[in-house]
Amino acid sequence: MGSFLDWFLPPGASTFAADIDRIYYAVLIITGIAFVIVEAGLVWFAIKYRARPGRKATYTHGSMRAEMIWTAIPAVSVVALGIWSGTVWNNIKARDSIPEGALEYAVMVSQFEWMFTYAGRDGEIGTADDFTLRNQLHVPVGRAVVLRLQSEDVIHSLFIPAFRVKQDIVPGMHMAVWFEATQTGRFEIACAELCGNGHTTMGAMTTVHSTAEFDEWVASRPATTALR
Amino acid sequence: MATTALPQEAAHAEAHELPFIRKYIFSTDHKIIGIQFLLMSLAFLGIGGFAAMLIRWQLGFPDVAIPGATILPETMAPGGYLLPEFYNSLVTMHGTLMVFFAVMPLLVGVFGNFLIPLKIGAPDMAFPRLNMWSFWIAVPAGVLMLSGFFVEGGAAGAGWTSYAPLSANSEYSGVFLGQQLWLLSLAVLGLSSILGATNYITTVVNLRAPGMTWFRLPLSIWALFITAILVLLAIPILSGAAIMLFFDQTIGTHFFDATGGGQPLLWQHLFWYFGHPEVYILILPGMGMVSDIIANGSRKPVFGYHSMVYALIAIAFLGWIVWGHHMFQSGMNPTLGMGFMISTMLIAVPSAIKTFNWMGTMWRGSIRFHVPMLHAITFVAMFVIGGLSGIFMASAPVDIFIHDTYFIVAHLHYVLFGGSLFAIFAAVTYWYPKMFGRMMDPFWGKVHWAITAVAFNVTFFPMHVLGAQGHMRRIYDPNQYEFLQPLQGTNTLITIGALVLFGAQFIFMGNFVISWFKGRKAPDNPWDDNGVEWTVHSPPPHLNFAETPVIYRAAYEYSSPLVEEDYLPQTRNLGSDSGPAAKPAAG
Repeated sequence: MGSFLDWFLPPGASTFAADIDRIYYAVLIITGIAFVIVEAGLVWFAIKYRARPGRKATYTHGSMRAEMIWTAIPAVSVVALGIWSGTVWNNIKARDSIPEGALEYAVMVSQFEWMFTYAGRDGEIGTADDFTLRNQLHVPVGRAVVLRLQSEDVIHSLFIPAFRVKQDIVPGMHMAVWFEATQTGRFEIACAELCGNGHTTMGAMTTVHSTAEFDEWVASRPATTALR
Repeated sequence: MATTALPQEAAHAEAHELPFIRKYIFSTDHKIIGIQFLLMSLAFLGIGGFAAMLIRWQLGFPDVAIPGATILPETMAPGGYLLPEFYNSLVTMHGTLMVFFAVMPLLVGVFGNFLIPLKIGAPDMAFPRLNMWSFWIAVPAGVLMLSGFFVEGGAAGAGWTSYAPLSANSEYSGVFLGQQLWLLSLAVLGLSSILGATNYITTVVNLRAPGMTWFRLPLSIWALFITAILVLLAIPILSGAAIMLFFDQTIGTHFFDATGGGQPLLWQHLFWYFGHPEVYILILPGMGMVSDIIANGSRKPVFGYHSMVYALIAIAFLGWIVWGHHMFQSGMNPTLGMGFMISTMLIAVPSAIKTFNWMGTMWRGSIRFHVPMLHAITFVAMFVIGGLSGIFMASAPVDIFIHDTYFIVAHLHYVLFGGSLFAIFAAVTYWYPKMFGRMMDPFWGKVHWAITAVAFNVTFFPMHVLGAQGHMRRIYDPNQYEFLQPLQGTNTLITIGALVLFGAQFIFMGNFVISWFKGRKAPDNPWDDNGVEWTVHSPPPHLNFAETPVIYRAAYEYSSPLVEEDYLPQTRNLGSDSGPAAKPAAG
């Protein structure tokens, strides 16, 4: 973390984190090669072709063949990258990508807090045993969860870096975002969209439990509020 | 022939010396207007840069009071520490001032004005009085924008993108009048841009000198022409959206506020439908001028001139169909992601053509490292980084992680500072002799270039690293988050880089001002350039040309075997050259 040239992503902790990271590293390698070619080329040309007495520049207007090469290679690369990215994108964000049987949460956000409503013991949202916690999201490991997001006031954005989750929450719209945690532990939630003077304080915490621990934890909670 | 149709007023003005106020203040001379835009936008560049310093101090040294900031009122920085609300205003105003009042007028207002008539061999713009108005409308727009800092509630604080409903309702932001002034200012400035763009398009189409065919136009003029078309198509969208948002704030229309049945995403669509073409408005003129300068510095014709023109057109066109990539995570239907992703990725193709053609221009050249050339090469080197980092967020799944992080901040500064601003430094140092009739000092020019190039990278390169760690942008106190605390050292380094970067600009300003009065007298053609503007005196007289120039050849005939010297001006008749066809350039 200390290095100023550290382009590695922090460890991922969701099922699709690796898919996203793989594209990121592929892009890093492709752009890294292009970067080295261009920067080294510029330096090399600047040194090699510097003005010296008795040498004249070569009078040429270009080369169709060279231009075809540096048109075709980027074109093929980016289209391939686009198609690959599209597949991963659809697996994560398409409206039909939410896995069957995902555990539901209702999330109501406002300046500057997150209210997470849990399904309770019956596993159904909108029933009497629901309960709500402020700025605390508890989920089981190894099970897909879906957050039904709504905003009371302005646009906020749910960002859980370790899960590679980000979703803006637009007032007046119903958004859903899903993920499946792959390891237990605590993972920070941040608001990623400027939402007012208290934006900087709008953090929350995800706690990922083992399945048994999660069930026990849910069972111990009294119902607090029904879904707003 | 279009060129014989001198603007009536201008033809009349030639007869007698104009009074000071008509010559230098309410001037219709495109060169004076260009210089007026230059002075105005450099001032805004300084103000915008100063705002950035305050932002960086907060992030780099959050526990240290800003030196001297105790003079700021309690509503901004009590005890020298920024308040979060003032921080949000600074973030907003930094972006707004840099985009709308510094970089855009520097490229379009300054060089569109100064270069277009001179380089196409015209006496002035097609509509000189409209041109005067375009400057004098921009001035009150700037005053309106800055006045936000002095009203109750402070300046606009919803980001330069002003996403509704935060920007639409003062209950959410705590900003009242400031947000309205911001919108009024942009609507007024929009009128200035529209007048300017109309003028540029008409001038390039109608006032080219005999023989200045489309494919003999310098790439700077091509780029400014295409940019003007983008301005004319993009700015009215912003003006309309700004007026709608203004009504939301003032008379409760709820276009963008869901509580009254409005749609917040509509603002984003309208904003980015303007905003993405705007990104190209901010880079295309730089690309064009850098092409001129690299050809001159390399003493070679531009490599693949025609594909450079087509690449400019392709970038401008693609710029119209990619706005949704700013909205991948916005809640826009995710199915649209695929289309916007592919169209965005395709921009890499014309960008690669331009980059490799610039390198091709240097290849087997005989490179003169004058100050403009150093800035131009740096433009290519930095623009490439900004272009390549753009591929990361173009990939929608990767964008899930890096959207709204410092990765985006790094990317946009590599394009807007590493790209546009280095192009502006290149262009200012290149055309300064023609503007003011004096040379800038080359030694201090090189010192400024070297410090700027290094400090720029110390400032912005580590921002990629912050973004890769998930560091959000527009955040007042990242240390609230455990996962961002280890990044404090990087933030401090960035701030030191930024302070050096800002400090180095005083060298530029000093060189600029001192050379104006004390610089070496500039010859007509100090860079041995082929352009039409270098055939006249520095600075050129009112109406530019004693007689209408005739153009015999393409723009970049450097090191041509036809002549002894390594340059061959567009206007030089070699005897074997036939004159232009009967009706060559009448658009």
